[in-house]
Amino acid sequence: MSISQRQLALLLIAPGLALVAALFLYPLSFSLISAFTGPKGGVSLDAFRKAWELYSGDVLFTVVIVLASCSFTGLAAIIIAGTLTLGENRWIVGTLKALYRWPLFIPFIVAAQCMRTFLAKNGLMNNSFVAMGLMEPLQAVSFLDWRGIIATFVWKQTPFVALLLAGALAAIDRATLEAGRNLGASRLRVLVELALPQVMPQLLVALVLSFVTMLSVLSVPMMVAGSQPTLLTVDMAFRINAYGDYATANALGVITYLLSAGAAIIYLKRGMAKESAS
Amino acid sequence: MMPLASSLRTALAVVLLAAFAFVLIGPLANLALWSVAERWYTPYKLPVTYGTRYWQQVFRPSGDAMASLGTSVWIAVLTVVVALALSIPAGYALARLKLPARALFMVVFLLPQAFPSVAIYINVARVFYQLGINGTVFAVVLVHAAHGLVYSVWIAAAAFGAVDKDLELAARNIGASPLLTFFSVTLPLAAPGIVASGIFVFLESLDEFTGTFFVGVPQVTTLPLLLYNAAMGGNYQVASITALILLVPSVLFMLFIERFLRADVLAKVGA
Repeated sequence: MSISQRQLALLLIAPGLALVAALFLYPLSFSLISAFTGPKGGVSLDAFRKAWELYSGDVLFTVVIVLASCSFTGLAAIIIAGTLTLGENRWIVGTLKALYRWPLFIPFIVAAQCMRTFLAKNGLMNNSFVAMGLMEPLQAVSFLDWRGIIATFVWKQTPFVALLLAGALAAIDRATLEAGRNLGASRLRVLVELALPQVMPQLLVALVLSFVTMLSVLSVPMMVAGSQPTLLTVDMAFRINAYGDYATANALGVITYLLSAGAAIIYLKRGMAKESAS
Repeated sequence: MMPLASSLRTALAVVLLAAFAFVLIGPLANLALWSVAERWYTPYKLPVTYGTRYWQQVFRPSGDAMASLGTSVWIAVLTVVVALALSIPAGYALARLKLPARALFMVVFLLPQAFPSVAIYINVARVFYQLGINGTVFAVVLVHAAHGLVYSVWIAAAAFGAVDKDLELAARNIGASPLLTFFSVTLPLAAPGIVASGIFVFLESLDEFTGTFFVGVPQVTTLPLLLYNAAMGGNYQVASITALILLVPSVLFMLFIERFLRADVLAKVGA
């Protein structure tokens, strides 16, 4: 053979790497440079100053919305995966199993359109509550604001987190769980004290991935909520489409990188603490 | 156990399950209702008149929706071709060959999915604009392929990794060249996993909104962009019908993915 296996391997992988370099690494460095360059050239924090002046409220709003969505998603996923693993009524477990995965591959933009109609003042949700006599027609309010964004994110991301969590729970040693049950612990206690600590890494991975996904979604905040306050993704699109203001948009972009880096670091720190402990 | 307490618990579980089903199915049901509502306004809890007028409007051969559907499918097919052309060699190298810094390369393919993407896309659009390819199908395909590459590369690597090495050695022993072995043994055995990754990339491309929003406008209108324009324009019927068209492949894929992606391949994804 004229070339070594190592060279062949690099040759085979090179085209794929080139695409990632051209369409991710290059624009990423472009955005970093643009964010840190002043109007007259040279390194400056002007873009960040302007971004903070105009959008500090939205930065906070984004953090709160995304964290709240992740918390609710985690909670819902724990309840679903816990029921699937420890549930004793076969009929309930079977129904839940058939139901919970439906939104898994539904695109965010479709989820947004669903919620736009469902959560509206005269949407199916309020109408059903009125029809069931749970609510007076005059009490109906629209949920198409921050609550709508959270509801859409949780609706869309819960199946993904629950799927990973249920997989992890199915793989742990059943004997410890059975032992806990035999000693008289309730199923809730077995789930919280015995099962969950063993699958924390998988739960955290799923939530970190969901966190980054939510920071990337443009369609949901545009379609589900009004204009102010809104998520940073909408602000970036607005800076570009209305003003062609790349510096401020990229400064906001760097802020979203930092937010997702923060989530990743929390995860890595936990992983390292665990490794040094064991 | 007391029978009363136990039946109370079951009743509570059934109520909770019904509430869960309502939350899960309700938004989809509302979408379906809007798609067949010809008139629906405020005091009425259900559509005033039902009909398929908007379906006919959407599926008219000359309508915007058919053109968008055609654009979407064409872009998705090209994206699959590009992604597989890049990921089959890359996946084979990652699974079978001695590659320095293998873990690093695996992470590089994940990066486009691991960063908030809006800031990346605005700069891709800027670069494409300077190159004069913004608003072309080619540009959209490149963006979709880069985004889908993590799935196709990781799944291809897992599929090649799950092929029994002894079968390849057997082929080599009876005199097959490495290339013939790859095409007659390794690739056919890895094919189900690679098909699954292709379907994954196809769906990702079909559903992609953000990248197309920045790179494709105004010339390239895919179904998600049509849905967005219809929804923001207040045409709930067309938006809902477009959403339903996008919903069908997603739900089918959710129901059938386990047939394509065998457990032994799935367990190796990302490893």
